[in-house]
Amino acid sequence: MADLRYEAPETLNAAVALLAGASGMTRVLAGGTDVIVQMETDLIEPELLVDIKKIPEVRQIAAENGGWRVGAAVTGMELVEHAAFCKAWPGVIDGVKLIGSIQVKGRATMGGNLCNASPAADSVPALVAAGATARIVGPKGTRDVAVETIPTGPGKTSLAKGEFIASFFFPKRPAHSGDAYLRFTPRTEMDIAVVGVGINLTLDGSGTCTAARVALGAVAPTVLLVNDAAKALIGTKVDAAALDKLATAASAACRPIDDKRGTKEYRIKVTGVIAKRAAQIALERARKS
Amino acid sequence: MTKKYHVTTTVNGDEYEVLCEPQQSLLDVLRDTLTLTGTKEGCATGDCGACSVVVDGRLVCSCLMLAVEADGKKVETIEGMAKDEDLHPLQKNFLEFNGLQCGICTPGILIAARELLKRNPDPTETEVRYWLAGNLCRCTGYDKIIRSVLVTAKEMRGS
Repeated sequence: MADLRYEAPETLNAAVALLAGASGMTRVLAGGTDVIVQMETDLIEPELLVDIKKIPEVRQIAAENGGWRVGAAVTGMELVEHAAFCKAWPGVIDGVKLIGSIQVKGRATMGGNLCNASPAADSVPALVAAGATARIVGPKGTRDVAVETIPTGPGKTSLAKGEFIASFFFPKRPAHSGDAYLRFTPRTEMDIAVVGVGINLTLDGSGTCTAARVALGAVAPTVLLVNDAAKALIGTKVDAAALDKLATAASAACRPIDDKRGTKEYRIKVTGVIAKRAAQIALERARKS
Repeated sequence: MTKKYHVTTTVNGDEYEVLCEPQQSLLDVLRDTLTLTGTKEGCATGDCGACSVVVDGRLVCSCLMLAVEADGKKVETIEGMAKDEDLHPLQKNFLEFNGLQCGICTPGILIAARELLKRNPDPTETEVRYWLAGNLCRCTGYDKIIRSVLVTAKEMRGS
Protein backbone atom coordinates (compact mmCIF):
# COMPACT_ATOMS: atom_id res chain seq x y z
CA MET A 1 0.00 0.00 0.00
CA ALA A 2 1.25 3.47 -0.90
CA ASP A 3 1.91 5.83 1.95
CA LEU A 4 -1.22 7.58 3.02
CA ARG A 5 -1.23 11.27 3.84
CA TYR A 6 -3.96 12.89 5.95
CA GLU A 7 -4.72 16.60 5.77
CA ALA A 8 -7.41 18.60 7.54
CA PRO A 9 -7.49 22.06 5.91
CA GLU A 10 -9.57 24.86 7.40
CA THR A 11 -10.72 26.58 4.22
CA LEU A 12 -12.47 25.47 1.03
CA ASN A 13 -9.63 26.87 -1.09
CA ALA A 14 -6.98 24.98 0.85
CA ALA A 15 -8.95 21.73 0.43
CA VAL A 16 -9.33 22.32 -3.32
CA ALA A 17 -5.61 23.06 -3.65
CA LEU A 18 -4.70 19.81 -1.86
CA LEU A 19 -7.08 17.70 -3.96
CA ALA A 20 -6.14 19.39 -7.24
CA GLY A 21 -2.42 19.20 -6.52
CA ALA A 22 -2.27 15.50 -5.65
CA SER A 23 -0.83 13.07 -8.18
CA GLY A 24 -2.38 9.82 -6.95
CA MET A 25 -5.79 8.71 -5.72
CA THR A 26 -7.47 11.13 -3.35
CA ARG A 27 -10.55 10.87 -1.19
CA VAL A 28 -12.51 13.53 0.59
CA LEU A 29 -13.12 12.46 4.19
CA ALA A 30 -16.40 13.70 5.62
CA GLY A 31 -18.15 11.11 7.80
CA GLY A 32 -15.89 8.37 6.49
CA THR A 33 -18.50 5.63 6.94
CA ASP A 34 -17.94 4.47 3.36
CA VAL A 35 -14.36 5.66 2.72
CA ILE A 36 -12.90 4.05 5.86
CA VAL A 37 -14.61 0.72 5.17
CA GLN A 38 -13.39 0.80 1.55
CA MET A 39 -9.83 1.45 2.77
CA GLU A 40 -10.09 -1.22 5.45
CA THR A 41 -11.24 -3.81 2.91
CA ASP A 42 -8.60 -2.73 0.33
CA LEU A 43 -11.19 -1.62 -2.22
CA ILE A 44 -9.37 1.70 -2.46
CA GLU A 45 -5.82 2.75 -1.64
CA PRO A 46 -5.81 6.53 -1.61
CA GLU A 47 -2.56 8.48 -1.25
CA LEU A 48 -4.27 11.52 0.20
CA LEU A 49 -7.25 11.91 2.51
CA VAL A 50 -8.59 15.44 2.80
CA ASP A 51 -10.70 15.74 5.94
CA ILE A 52 -13.08 18.63 5.25
CA LYS A 53 -14.72 18.77 8.68
CA LYS A 54 -12.63 21.70 9.92
CA ILE A 55 -14.04 23.90 7.13
CA PRO A 56 -16.91 25.95 8.60
CA GLU A 57 -18.99 26.09 5.39
CA VAL A 58 -19.40 22.32 5.19
CA ARG A 59 -20.60 21.99 8.79
CA GLN A 60 -23.43 24.54 8.93
CA ILE A 61 -27.21 24.36 8.71
CA ALA A 62 -28.55 27.83 7.91
CA ALA A 63 -31.70 29.50 6.60
CA GLU A 64 -31.02 31.15 3.22
CA ASN A 65 -33.45 33.04 0.96
CA GLY A 66 -36.44 31.34 2.54
CA GLY A 67 -34.85 27.93 1.98
CA TRP A 68 -32.10 25.99 3.72
CA ARG A 69 -28.40 25.56 3.13
CA VAL A 70 -26.94 22.41 4.65
CA GLY A 71 -23.20 21.75 4.69
CA ALA A 72 -22.15 18.59 2.91
CA ALA A 73 -20.41 17.28 6.06
CA VAL A 74 -23.30 17.88 8.47
CA THR A 75 -23.92 14.49 10.07
CA GLY A 76 -27.17 12.59 9.84
CA MET A 77 -27.84 12.91 13.57
CA GLU A 78 -27.20 16.67 13.48
CA LEU A 79 -29.79 16.98 10.72
CA VAL A 80 -32.28 14.64 12.41
CA GLU A 81 -32.02 16.73 15.61
CA HIS A 82 -32.51 20.06 13.77
CA ALA A 83 -36.19 20.77 14.45
CA ALA A 84 -36.66 23.56 11.88
CA PHE A 85 -35.07 21.62 9.02
CA CYS A 86 -37.06 18.51 9.95
CA LYS A 87 -40.26 20.54 9.76
CA ALA A 88 -39.30 22.08 6.42
CA TRP A 89 -38.16 18.87 4.66
CA PRO A 90 -39.62 15.79 6.39
CA GLY A 91 -39.06 13.61 3.32
CA VAL A 92 -35.34 14.38 3.31
CA ILE A 93 -35.29 13.40 6.98
CA ASP A 94 -37.12 10.14 6.12
CA GLY A 95 -34.16 9.30 3.89
CA VAL A 96 -31.43 10.45 6.28
CA LYS A 97 -32.98 8.48 9.15
CA LEU A 98 -32.54 5.28 7.17
CA ILE A 99 -28.78 5.70 6.63
CA GLY A 100 -27.43 2.97 8.93
CA SER A 101 -27.60 2.90 12.70
CA ILE A 102 -27.59 5.76 15.20
CA GLN A 103 -23.81 5.23 15.40
CA VAL A 104 -23.40 5.42 11.62
CA LYS A 105 -25.58 8.53 11.43
CA GLY A 106 -23.37 10.06 14.12
CA ARG A 107 -20.71 10.29 11.39
CA ALA A 108 -22.38 9.79 8.00
CA THR A 109 -23.24 12.81 5.86
CA MET A 110 -25.53 13.57 2.90
CA GLY A 111 -22.49 14.68 0.90
CA GLY A 112 -20.90 11.30 1.41
CA ASN A 113 -24.13 9.43 0.75
CA LEU A 114 -24.37 11.21 -2.62
CA CYS A 115 -20.69 10.97 -3.61
CA ASN A 116 -20.37 7.31 -2.63
CA ALA A 117 -22.79 7.01 -5.57
CA SER A 118 -24.56 3.84 -4.52
CA PRO A 119 -27.80 3.54 -6.53
CA ALA A 120 -29.45 2.47 -3.24
CA ALA A 121 -28.33 5.51 -1.17
CA ASP A 122 -31.34 6.43 0.96
CA SER A 123 -30.97 10.20 1.13
CA VAL A 124 -30.44 10.68 -2.60
CA PRO A 125 -33.97 10.09 -3.99
CA ALA A 126 -35.23 12.46 -1.28
CA LEU A 127 -32.66 15.11 -2.26
CA VAL A 128 -33.54 14.75 -5.93
CA ALA A 129 -37.28 14.92 -5.24
CA ALA A 130 -36.66 18.02 -3.12
CA GLY A 131 -35.04 19.73 -6.10
CA ALA A 132 -31.93 20.31 -4.03
CA THR A 133 -28.81 21.72 -5.64
CA ALA A 134 -25.24 20.91 -4.73
CA ARG A 135 -22.65 23.68 -4.43
CA ILE A 136 -19.43 22.34 -5.89
CA VAL A 137 -16.10 23.98 -5.19
CA GLY A 138 -13.09 23.25 -7.33
CA PRO A 139 -10.00 24.63 -9.06
CA LYS A 140 -12.17 26.52 -11.57
CA GLY A 141 -14.35 28.12 -8.91
CA THR A 142 -17.80 27.43 -7.53
CA ARG A 143 -20.81 26.05 -9.36
CA ASP A 144 -24.31 25.00 -8.32
CA VAL A 145 -25.77 21.93 -9.99
CA ALA A 146 -28.87 19.78 -9.58
CA VAL A 147 -28.21 16.84 -7.26
CA GLU A 148 -29.34 14.32 -9.90
CA THR A 149 -26.42 15.32 -12.16
CA ILE A 150 -23.80 14.18 -9.62
CA PRO A 151 -23.99 10.35 -9.69
CA THR A 152 -23.16 8.90 -13.11
CA GLY A 153 -23.08 5.21 -12.19
CA PRO A 154 -22.36 2.94 -9.23
CA GLY A 155 -19.41 4.51 -7.40
CA LYS A 156 -18.97 7.20 -10.07
CA THR A 157 -19.73 10.93 -10.02
CA SER A 158 -19.52 13.88 -12.40
CA LEU A 159 -17.13 15.71 -10.07
CA ALA A 160 -13.84 16.69 -11.76
CA LYS A 161 -10.41 16.38 -10.19
CA GLY A 162 -10.06 18.75 -7.29
CA GLU A 163 -13.80 19.27 -6.92
CA PHE A 164 -15.99 18.41 -3.96
CA ILE A 165 -19.43 19.31 -2.65
CA ALA A 166 -19.42 22.04 -0.02
CA SER A 167 -23.15 22.29 0.65
CA PHE A 168 -26.68 21.61 -0.49
CA PHE A 169 -29.43 24.15 -1.02
CA PHE A 170 -33.09 23.35 -0.47
CA PRO A 171 -35.27 25.99 -2.10
CA LYS A 172 -38.21 27.70 -0.45
CA ARG A 173 -41.40 25.74 -0.99
CA PRO A 174 -44.90 27.10 -1.60
CA ALA A 175 -47.60 26.52 1.02
CA HIS A 176 -49.29 23.11 0.91
CA SER A 177 -46.15 21.25 -0.08
CA GLY A 178 -45.02 17.92 1.30
CA ASP A 179 -42.35 15.35 0.65
CA ALA A 180 -41.67 11.76 1.66
CA TYR A 181 -39.14 9.02 1.12
CA LEU A 182 -40.07 5.41 1.52
CA ARG A 183 -38.02 2.32 0.83
CA PHE A 184 -38.69 -1.37 0.74
CA THR A 185 -36.37 -3.62 2.75
CA PRO A 186 -36.95 -7.05 4.31
CA ARG A 187 -35.86 -5.64 7.70
CA THR A 188 -37.03 -2.39 9.24
CA GLU A 189 -33.52 -1.19 10.21
CA MET A 190 -29.91 -1.73 9.17
CA ASP A 191 -30.68 -2.78 5.61
CA ILE A 192 -30.09 -1.61 2.06
CA ALA A 193 -32.97 -0.47 -0.13
CA VAL A 194 -34.42 -2.99 -2.56
CA VAL A 195 -36.38 -0.04 -3.93
CA GLY A 196 -36.60 3.56 -2.66
CA VAL A 197 -38.95 6.33 -3.76
CA GLY A 198 -38.76 10.06 -2.98
CA ILE A 199 -41.77 12.26 -3.79
CA ASN A 200 -42.21 16.00 -3.35
CA LEU A 201 -45.48 17.65 -4.29
CA THR A 202 -47.37 20.93 -4.00
CA LEU A 203 -51.15 21.43 -3.84
CA ASP A 204 -53.20 24.53 -4.63
CA GLY A 205 -55.99 25.83 -2.39
CA SER A 206 -58.46 23.29 -3.82
CA GLY A 207 -56.15 20.34 -3.20
CA THR A 208 -55.09 19.89 -6.82
CA CYS A 209 -51.46 18.95 -7.35
CA THR A 210 -49.65 21.78 -9.15
CA ALA A 211 -46.07 20.51 -8.99
CA ALA A 212 -44.39 17.19 -8.29
CA ARG A 213 -41.02 15.50 -8.46
CA VAL A 214 -40.63 11.73 -8.26
CA ALA A 215 -37.23 10.07 -7.79
CA LEU A 216 -36.49 6.35 -7.71
CA GLY A 217 -33.58 4.62 -5.99
CA ALA A 218 -32.03 1.15 -6.40
CA VAL A 219 -33.75 0.45 -9.71
CA ALA A 220 -31.11 1.79 -12.15
CA PRO A 221 -27.35 2.56 -12.15
CA THR A 222 -28.19 5.97 -10.70
CA VAL A 223 -31.14 7.51 -8.90
CA LEU A 224 -33.77 8.38 -11.50
CA LEU A 225 -35.86 11.55 -11.72
CA VAL A 226 -39.02 10.37 -13.48
CA ASN A 227 -40.97 13.13 -15.20
CA ASP A 228 -43.73 10.81 -16.40
CA ALA A 229 -44.40 9.79 -12.81
CA ALA A 230 -44.62 13.45 -11.77
CA LYS A 231 -47.01 14.14 -14.69
CA ALA A 232 -49.30 11.39 -13.41
CA LEU A 233 -49.85 13.49 -10.27
CA ILE A 234 -49.88 17.06 -11.62
CA GLY A 235 -53.39 18.36 -12.30
CA THR A 236 -55.02 15.65 -10.18
CA LYS A 237 -56.26 15.48 -6.58
CA VAL A 238 -53.77 12.63 -6.07
CA ASP A 239 -56.74 10.26 -6.01
CA ALA A 240 -56.78 6.51 -6.62
CA ALA A 241 -56.71 6.90 -10.41
CA ALA A 242 -53.72 9.26 -10.25
CA LEU A 243 -51.90 6.93 -7.87
CA ASP A 244 -52.43 4.02 -10.28
CA LYS A 245 -50.96 6.10 -13.12
CA LEU A 246 -48.06 7.09 -10.87
CA ALA A 247 -47.36 3.43 -10.08
CA THR A 248 -47.44 2.47 -13.77
CA ALA A 249 -45.12 5.33 -14.76
CA ALA A 250 -42.71 4.61 -11.90
CA SER A 251 -42.55 0.90 -12.71
CA ALA A 252 -42.06 1.68 -16.41
CA ALA A 253 -38.99 3.81 -15.64
CA CYS A 254 -37.17 1.08 -13.71
CA ARG A 255 -34.05 -0.50 -15.20
CA PRO A 256 -33.02 -2.69 -12.27
CA ILE A 257 -30.58 -5.55 -11.91
CA ASP A 258 -31.23 -8.97 -10.44
CA ASP A 259 -29.36 -9.45 -7.19
CA LYS A 260 -29.69 -11.07 -3.79
CA ARG A 261 -31.98 -8.27 -2.63
CA GLY A 262 -34.53 -8.77 -5.38
CA THR A 263 -35.18 -9.79 -8.95
CA LYS A 264 -35.81 -7.31 -11.76
CA GLU A 265 -39.49 -8.24 -11.92
CA TYR A 266 -39.88 -7.88 -8.17
CA ARG A 267 -38.19 -4.48 -8.05
CA ILE A 268 -40.31 -3.18 -10.94
CA LYS A 269 -43.53 -4.31 -9.27
CA VAL A 270 -42.58 -3.06 -5.79
CA THR A 271 -41.52 0.35 -7.14
CA GLY A 272 -45.11 1.06 -8.17
CA VAL A 273 -46.44 0.02 -4.76
CA ILE A 274 -43.87 2.06 -2.82
CA ALA A 275 -44.40 5.08 -5.10
CA LYS A 276 -48.12 5.07 -4.27
CA ARG A 277 -47.46 4.84 -0.55
CA ALA A 278 -44.80 7.58 -0.64
CA ALA A 279 -47.19 9.84 -2.58
CA GLN A 280 -49.88 9.33 0.05
CA ILE A 281 -47.49 10.32 2.84
CA ALA A 282 -46.32 13.38 0.87
CA LEU A 283 -49.98 14.27 0.22
CA GLU A 284 -50.87 14.13 3.92
CA ARG A 285 -47.91 16.33 4.76
CA ALA A 286 -48.81 18.81 2.02
CA ARG A 287 -52.36 19.06 3.30
CA LYS A 288 -51.09 19.82 6.81
CA SER A 289 -48.43 22.33 5.80
CA MET B 1 7.82 4.92 5.98
CA THR B 2 4.36 6.27 6.55
CA LYS B 3 4.29 9.58 8.30
CA LYS B 4 3.07 9.39 11.89
CA TYR B 5 0.60 11.86 13.27
CA HIS B 6 0.66 13.34 16.71
CA VAL B 7 -2.81 13.11 18.25
CA THR B 8 -3.92 14.58 21.56
CA THR B 9 -7.21 13.24 22.79
CA THR B 10 -9.10 13.00 26.05
CA VAL B 11 -10.39 9.54 26.94
CA ASN B 12 -12.67 9.22 29.96
CA GLY B 13 -11.32 12.52 31.28
CA ASP B 14 -7.63 11.64 30.92
CA GLU B 15 -5.53 13.33 28.27
CA TYR B 16 -3.45 11.06 26.04
CA GLU B 17 -0.86 11.86 23.41
CA VAL B 18 -0.31 9.20 20.80
CA LEU B 19 1.58 8.80 17.55
CA CYS B 20 -0.56 7.06 14.98
CA GLU B 21 -0.57 6.18 11.32
CA PRO B 22 -3.24 7.92 9.22
CA GLN B 23 -5.18 4.75 8.40
CA GLN B 24 -5.39 3.56 12.01
CA SER B 25 -8.91 3.56 13.36
CA LEU B 26 -9.81 5.10 16.68
CA LEU B 27 -10.75 1.55 17.73
CA ASP B 28 -7.25 0.26 17.00
CA VAL B 29 -5.61 3.07 18.94
CA LEU B 30 -7.96 2.64 21.91
CA ARG B 31 -7.31 -1.09 22.09
CA ASP B 32 -3.73 -1.52 20.90
CA THR B 33 -2.01 1.73 21.86
CA LEU B 34 -3.94 2.78 24.95
CA THR B 35 -4.77 -0.83 25.97
CA LEU B 36 -8.37 0.16 26.64
CA THR B 37 -9.65 -3.20 25.45
CA GLY B 38 -13.18 -2.86 26.81
CA THR B 39 -14.24 -1.51 23.42
CA LYS B 40 -14.61 -4.53 21.12
CA GLU B 41 -14.08 -5.15 17.44
CA GLY B 42 -16.89 -7.14 15.89
CA CYS B 43 -17.10 -6.43 12.18
CA ALA B 44 -14.82 -3.40 11.58
CA THR B 45 -17.34 -2.18 8.99
CA GLY B 46 -19.84 -0.29 11.14
CA ASP B 47 -22.52 -2.96 11.08
CA CYS B 48 -22.36 -4.48 14.58
CA GLY B 49 -21.87 -1.63 17.07
CA ALA B 50 -19.50 -3.59 19.35
CA CYS B 51 -16.99 -0.73 19.05
CA SER B 52 -19.49 2.00 20.07
CA VAL B 53 -17.95 4.94 21.90
CA VAL B 54 -19.01 8.55 22.44
CA VAL B 55 -17.00 11.32 20.77
CA ASP B 56 -17.81 14.90 21.75
CA GLY B 57 -21.23 13.76 22.96
CA ARG B 58 -22.03 11.78 19.81
CA LEU B 59 -22.49 7.99 19.71
CA VAL B 60 -20.25 6.56 16.97
CA CYS B 61 -18.58 3.36 15.84
CA SER B 62 -14.90 3.73 16.70
CA CYS B 63 -14.04 1.47 13.75
CA LEU B 64 -15.54 4.07 11.40
CA MET B 65 -13.38 6.89 12.65
CA LEU B 66 -9.68 7.44 12.15
CA ALA B 67 -7.58 8.06 15.22
CA VAL B 68 -6.29 11.29 13.63
CA GLU B 69 -9.87 12.54 13.57
CA ALA B 70 -10.00 12.22 17.37
CA ASP B 71 -7.38 14.94 17.79
CA GLY B 72 -8.72 17.51 20.24
CA LYS B 73 -11.86 15.47 20.93
CA LYS B 74 -13.34 13.99 24.08
CA VAL B 75 -13.82 10.23 23.86
CA GLU B 76 -15.91 8.19 26.31
CA THR B 77 -15.49 4.43 26.46
CA ILE B 78 -16.85 1.61 28.62
CA GLU B 79 -13.86 1.95 30.96
CA GLY B 80 -15.29 5.27 32.16
CA MET B 81 -18.79 3.99 32.86
CA ALA B 82 -18.38 2.63 36.39
CA LYS B 83 -17.04 4.97 39.03
CA ASP B 84 -14.38 2.78 40.65
CA GLU B 85 -16.34 -0.15 42.16
CA ASP B 86 -19.64 1.63 41.73
CA LEU B 87 -21.37 0.25 38.63
CA HIS B 88 -23.62 2.38 36.44
CA PRO B 89 -27.32 1.42 36.90
CA LEU B 90 -27.29 -0.05 33.38
CA GLN B 91 -24.36 -2.29 34.29
CA LYS B 92 -26.08 -3.44 37.48
CA ASN B 93 -29.29 -4.25 35.66
CA PHE B 94 -27.56 -6.06 32.79
CA LEU B 95 -26.13 -8.34 35.50
CA GLU B 96 -29.42 -8.58 37.39
CA PHE B 97 -31.55 -9.35 34.33
CA ASN B 98 -28.98 -11.38 32.38
CA GLY B 99 -28.68 -8.81 29.61
CA LEU B 100 -25.55 -10.56 28.36
CA GLN B 101 -24.17 -13.98 27.63
CA CYS B 102 -20.78 -14.02 25.88
CA GLY B 103 -20.32 -10.31 26.56
CA ILE B 104 -18.65 -9.18 23.32
CA CYS B 105 -21.51 -6.86 22.36
CA THR B 106 -22.10 -5.66 25.92
CA PRO B 107 -19.72 -2.68 26.20
CA GLY B 108 -21.11 -1.22 22.97
CA ILE B 109 -24.69 -1.81 24.06
CA LEU B 110 -24.10 -0.24 27.47
CA ILE B 111 -22.54 2.86 25.89
CA ALA B 112 -25.34 3.12 23.31
CA ALA B 113 -28.06 2.59 25.94
CA ARG B 114 -26.57 5.27 28.20
CA GLU B 115 -26.72 7.76 25.31
CA LEU B 116 -30.36 6.85 24.69
CA LEU B 117 -31.31 7.43 28.34
CA LYS B 118 -29.49 10.78 28.38
CA ARG B 119 -31.66 11.95 25.49
CA ASN B 120 -34.82 10.08 26.33
CA PRO B 121 -35.22 9.08 30.00
CA ASP B 122 -38.58 7.40 29.33
CA PRO B 123 -38.24 5.41 26.11
CA THR B 124 -40.85 2.95 24.88
CA GLU B 125 -39.78 -0.60 24.14
CA THR B 126 -39.95 0.22 20.43
CA GLU B 127 -37.73 3.25 20.90
CA VAL B 128 -35.15 1.15 22.75
CA ARG B 129 -35.22 -1.48 20.01
CA TYR B 130 -34.76 1.11 17.24
CA TRP B 131 -32.01 2.97 19.09
CA LEU B 132 -30.10 -0.28 19.65
CA ALA B 133 -30.69 -1.58 16.10
CA GLY B 134 -27.05 -0.87 15.33
CA ASN B 135 -25.83 -3.12 18.16
CA LEU B 136 -25.92 -6.75 17.20
CA CYS B 137 -26.09 -9.52 19.81
CA ARG B 138 -25.89 -13.14 18.67
CA CYS B 139 -26.56 -14.71 22.09
CA THR B 140 -29.45 -13.22 23.97
CA GLY B 141 -32.18 -12.74 21.40
CA TYR B 142 -32.32 -9.15 22.66
CA ASP B 143 -35.30 -9.46 25.02
CA LYS B 144 -33.17 -9.46 28.16
CA ILE B 145 -31.13 -6.52 26.88
CA ILE B 146 -34.26 -4.50 26.18
CA ARG B 147 -35.71 -5.42 29.59
CA SER B 148 -32.48 -4.39 31.33
CA VAL B 149 -32.58 -0.99 29.63
CA LEU B 150 -36.26 -0.41 30.38
CA VAL B 151 -35.85 -1.37 34.04
CA THR B 152 -32.86 0.97 34.31
CA ALA B 153 -34.78 3.83 32.72
CA LYS B 154 -37.57 3.41 35.25
CA GLU B 155 -35.11 3.18 38.13
CA MET B 156 -33.19 6.28 37.03
CA ARG B 157 -36.40 8.28 36.62
CA GLY B 158 -37.35 7.36 40.16
CA SER B 159 -34.09 8.40 41.73
